[in-house]
Amino acid sequence: MERGRKLRIGFPRALFYYSYFPFWQGFFNRLGMEVVVSPPTTKGILDDGTREAEAEACIPVKLYHGHVLALKDKVDLLFIPRLVRIDRRSTFCPKFLGLPDMVRASLPDLPPILDLKVDERTSPGEWWPTCRAIGELLGIDSFLRLWSAYREGKQHQKAYEKLLYKGYLPEEALAALRGEEVEVPPRIKENLNLAVLGYPYQVYDGYISWDIIGKLRKMPINLWTMEMVPPSKLYRFCKHLPKQPFWHYSVLVLGAAYYYQQQGVDGVIHVAAFACGPDAMVNKIMEIDLSQGSNPTPFMSLSVDEQTGDAGVATRLEAFVDMLLQRRRKG
Amino acid sequence: MRKVTFPHMGYSHIAFKQLIEDMGFEAITPCHPNRYTLDLGVRYSPEHACIPFKILMGNYIEALERGAEIIITSGGVGPCRAGLYGMTHEKILKSLGYDFRIVVFDPPLVNLWDFYWKLRFMVREARLSWRAFIDVIKRAWDKLKLLDEMEIKAINLRPYEVEKGSTTRAFHQCLQIIDRARTRKEMEEARRECHRILEKVPKDRSRRPLKVGLVGEIYCLLEPFINLEVERTLGELGALACRGVFLTGYTQTDVLGKGNHNVRLLAAPYLNQFVGGHGQNSVGETIFYAKKGFDGVIHVAPFGCLPEIVAKGVLPKISRDLDIPILTLTLDEQTGRAGVQTRLEAFVDLLYQKRRAKEVKGFGTLLPGYRCGLCQH
Ligand code: SF4
Ligand code: SF4
Repeated sequence: MERGRKLRIGFPRALFYYSYFPFWQGFFNRLGMEVVVSPPTTKGILDDGTREAEAEACIPVKLYHGHVLALKDKVDLLFIPRLVRIDRRSTFCPKFLGLPDMVRASLPDLPPILDLKVDERTSPGEWWPTCRAIGELLGIDSFLRLWSAYREGKQHQKAYEKLLYKGYLPEEALAALRGEEVEVPPRIKENLNLAVLGYPYQVYDGYISWDIIGKLRKMPINLWTMEMVPPSKLYRFCKHLPKQPFWHYSVLVLGAAYYYQQQGVDGVIHVAAFACGPDAMVNKIMEIDLSQGSNPTPFMSLSVDEQTGDAGVATRLEAFVDMLLQRRRKG
Repeated sequence: MRKVTFPHMGYSHIAFKQLIEDMGFEAITPCHPNRYTLDLGVRYSPEHACIPFKILMGNYIEALERGAEIIITSGGVGPCRAGLYGMTHEKILKSLGYDFRIVVFDPPLVNLWDFYWKLRFMVREARLSWRAFIDVIKRAWDKLKLLDEMEIKAINLRPYEVEKGSTTRAFHQCLQIIDRARTRKEMEEARRECHRILEKVPKDRSRRPLKVGLVGEIYCLLEPFINLEVERTLGELGALACRGVFLTGYTQTDVLGKGNHNVRLLAAPYLNQFVGGHGQNSVGETIFYAKKGFDGVIHVAPFGCLPEIVAKGVLPKISRDLDIPILTLTLDEQTGRAGVQTRLEAFVDLLYQKRRAKEVKGFGTLLPGYRCGLCQH
């Protein structure tokens, strides 16, 4: 690397990007490095990923491969941590666990990968052990420098989460953090309250979700998502299940379903990821639990793929919202 | 008498039936999975659930129709779907209107207390003393071991059989004998009898069968209905299929504790993380077989199986790096027997060609009677 140029770290815009990007951006920037994010998903990126990744993998993981490809020639290092556990209550989906291995085995000529393991059970302290390891790998031996970078990351993350809890969606919150003018539609009392639940990397990626969020924003509804509730609360709402579900994002989705059911929303949409193993189970559990009990909540599961088409998604959303409106008028 | 049922996996039902009956329950032995079971399971399972889930579902419904009141099953720890099987089955079956109780045994290491309470529930229901109960368990365990022993023997003999299918017939005869044996003495006799039966099958010892490693997801490996009898087909094509996963091994490493350590170490350069199920084992065992000079590896996995998808992601690289042919069989309700048969035949042909090429070049090949050491035969 030539002198004076900043080290460029590649951060694919997929999977945990929507959950933890602010932390890592803050952290790396403070260390004097540049974080390069892949561009928003396009057809080309998805096609690249689909071509190179294991055929049976879910769309979000294939997409991740595509984003890695989009980045690989523009960066000095790729940041692909192996997320195993970020808290004591859940484990990530097996595909997160094997992510660096899958990427490395299926994509040739990659820059070096920072594939550190994040496991709260074996090395507690949330991101801190990972930050330490990164410091070691990149030759940063000043503890203070590392610590202040870590603190900075935490601050960014906190600010981000605060915006989320206020009702910003991840993309909006990220834009607001960058200092852009963002307008979040106010909640209106007459509107329908609709909870849209799903893994953030499926729901907020405009391309693979056929812009569900954008479409819903145009309708007379108040949008609720799982990011608007602190995870610790969501965990509590899963407590009554006979067996604790263990995949990180799935617990949050399920918890959010029970939480919003209790809050009395008018309807719940579950945006299932295509070819996702955990969702096959989560979706069924949610469907049964929401339709039973004292206050059944209308529920729609939306599993979208390339064949669904823009019009297909729009029709289904409209039909569901119409149904909710009628239901409200009647009762 | 309470009626109890349990999942069907390989030939384990023979041992579990005995266990349940000795505890004083009436055992509703799940039937061998068949087309009907599968259709039933598929109808009431989430579309994208993995195939073991669907088969179990079919089996449970059949058993409940036959009057089962309690379902006993094992849970799982890992980040894999098996851990949620019990709860999801329960929710779906209850929403279909069945009335039953399900007891899911999670590995005792994960939650000892929970394990104890469930055990206590069963022992109370059975009205057994703990001591009698332990004896019952021990005998069931012996039976599992016996089943494994015979299966391994049959696998090892099949490639040498003179008449196709004769080993399988003999093996099924053995299963019946084992099923009838209850006391320790009877089991010992059954053991001798079975060995005699299998050895009586006419064999051609001059053959040098191919050595093929079987790796993959456990349910697919153990259940002939799902894997469309891979082992038998391979054996009859003249290939010896070795696998590291057997009933007793499963119970020891997966139900009771943590998985196989050495295999994980082998896997580390390619997959340095336990990913649930047998994903990492598949990778480690493949490397193991490659290093032992096997002719090829067959990887069986249910369609959409999470850990095995991760394994599939890295296996092609291993195949290139270590020069070992790998055939992946992805199984779901649509997999056809004929297709699998053709693919296996083509694969075996390829392996023979490869072996011949190697022999010409002067590499040594495996001698007959070579043992891999993974399974204890
Ligand atoms: S949770 Fe589902 S969508 Fe996410 S990585 Fe796992 S399989 Fe893919
Ligand atoms: S190992 Fe595979 S087949 Fe078994 S439960 Fe997990 S995902 Fe399903």
